[in-house]
Amino acid sequence: MIGFIVKRFINYAILSAIATLSAYVLASLILNPAGRYLGRNPRPSDETINAILNGLGVNPNTPVVARLWTWLVNLVTHGSLGDTIHNTSVISEMAARAGTSLRLLILGTIIAAIFGVVLGVWGAVRQYKASDQVISYASFTILAMPSFVIGILLMIMATGLNNILGMQLISFTGEYTAGLDGGWWTLFLDRAAHLLLPTISLALMGAAGYSRYQRSAMLDVLSADYIRTARSKGRTRGSALVRHGVRVALIPMSTYFAYSFATVLAGAAVTELVFSWHGMGEMLVQAITESDINAFTGAILFNAILVLIAGTLSDVVYAALDPRVRV
Amino acid sequence: MSMLEEMPIADTSAGEPATVTGRKPVSRFRLVVSRLRGTPRFWVGLVGLVAVILWAAFGLIPNAWNATDLDVYNMGSSPTGLHWFGTSDIGEDIYAQTIVGLRKSLVIGLLVGPLAAIIAGVVGAVAGYLGGWWDRIIIWFIDLLLVLPSLFLFILLSPIFKSLSWVALIFLLAGFGWMIMARVIRAQTMSLRDRDFIKAARFMGVDTWTIIRRHVLPNVSSLLIIDATLGVGGAILSETTLSFFGFGIQAPDVSLGTLLAAGQGAAATRPWLFIFPAAILVFTVLSASLVGDALRDAVDPTSGVNRD
Repeated sequence: MIGFIVKRFINYAILSAIATLSAYVLASLILNPAGRYLGRNPRPSDETINAILNGLGVNPNTPVVARLWTWLVNLVTHGSLGDTIHNTSVISEMAARAGTSLRLLILGTIIAAIFGVVLGVWGAVRQYKASDQVISYASFTILAMPSFVIGILLMIMATGLNNILGMQLISFTGEYTAGLDGGWWTLFLDRAAHLLLPTISLALMGAAGYSRYQRSAMLDVLSADYIRTARSKGRTRGSALVRHGVRVALIPMSTYFAYSFATVLAGAAVTELVFSWHGMGEMLVQAITESDINAFTGAILFNAILVLIAGTLSDVVYAALDPRVRV
Repeated sequence: MSMLEEMPIADTSAGEPATVTGRKPVSRFRLVVSRLRGTPRFWVGLVGLVAVILWAAFGLIPNAWNATDLDVYNMGSSPTGLHWFGTSDIGEDIYAQTIVGLRKSLVIGLLVGPLAAIIAGVVGAVAGYLGGWWDRIIIWFIDLLLVLPSLFLFILLSPIFKSLSWVALIFLLAGFGWMIMARVIRAQTMSLRDRDFIKAARFMGVDTWTIIRRHVLPNVSSLLIIDATLGVGGAILSETTLSFFGFGIQAPDVSLGTLLAAGQGAAATRPWLFIFPAAILVFTVLSASLVGDALRDAVDPTSGVNRD
């Protein structure tokens, strides 16, 4: 089992490394960091621009391979990801933003996975009953919405609710109320209130996708002979369904989780932007609009590491559920 | 809700191929069509999709305003008899704008879906048929694109595509929308490779490309048709997300995404600016995905993860 997981981990690690490096090369080829200085009035001299760009290690006159090598050497020797175009280090920028994104991602993914699995199993067990139909059509509708539409619809509803109640029950702009005074508990409640809508938005999308997948995996298992065997040897229906049904149906689900995680990341980035959170998603988009190669690579590295963790976790789950890989 | 009540009756009949009772063996195509006919989900989706396309084509005729007209006497008005979907703060007719935006989004979706399916078919068939290093390199490339969320790549590539026309966006979306399906096609091709008819063709000296074109692709065509249909909705979603953040369709052109971006700021106070285009968008994507889902069931009612 350890061998299996280590093998999969190495596979994911190589993929993540190649993804980050190719992101650096792509960004270097496409983005033009000099453009930011050329548009200024008065225009800085070419020497100044060159000096600035050389300092950041993003001068287009240096060959991409040479820049990539310097970047790699810096990463290995100093653990540094270079400086952003605003002359702050990418690492400190990421440290300030990562918590925000992780809070949303972890909560959203866990809620989505739990709800998705439960709803999927429920729909499969009660196939074609009214509840199954409602769940199916609801998830089809949610899957037909872009994530920003879900976010904004939630905001419209929250505004309506706040108006009806005549008080600010749900706040949804930003990550916390700026300049809020109070103890630790007040601040915690404030953050939790801000977290509510983005988490719901992300969890809805995830749960819709997972529940469709879990339902078909579960339907497959339900018609298998070993469920009948378990029933005929005297297990109760519930026990047969959970011990022999859900457990087996979760195996393809864990693979799907790993493959769909990149989609979740993109959805989380969009959600952050819609709710004006200053997270990694915003950093990534800003880096591109500001032609900031180092910050972009940092953001992609963050995503690649998350994909690496999610992929490894899903393989651990896979190995725990499926005894065949443990041999 | 009527469609919900219809479901159980029809779906049970869809499960068992009742048409096989005839004396002559039923062709696969006829079987698929008969299964589709018994699936209400297919009809709901198809009627919805046709309605949206017809509306996009002819919806502007009864309307008194064009998308570029400004009604300076009714700026920021709510939906009225004069402006069916209301107007924006500079007096643009939202109904007309929605139709123009829908046209663009539909064209993009209807072109990207099949285009991505063709790429998926060719790449998947080549990887599965040739095997060896070709296969390994292609699979690695696909996995790489699955690790890097394609939305981020779109945004990264947007500076190039912004300067080109919106047609370039079609190729960009198709260029990153084929990976998952290519893996499925590859797996199918690998099992086809060792079938007798392909072996026979190979031993007769038919060259690789002809075998792929004449024997492999027709045998995975049902998968490709499904993928093309499901891809339509996916492409529209990607396009609107990109345009919403200003990375897709650019200013003089209007798509549902740019329309939603314009309406976003006023979503809470003047919801008609946002709700109407959003509802049309969701309806379109939902119809396309219902058709695709019904197709998938009809082609392969017993397949594990695809079954519904």
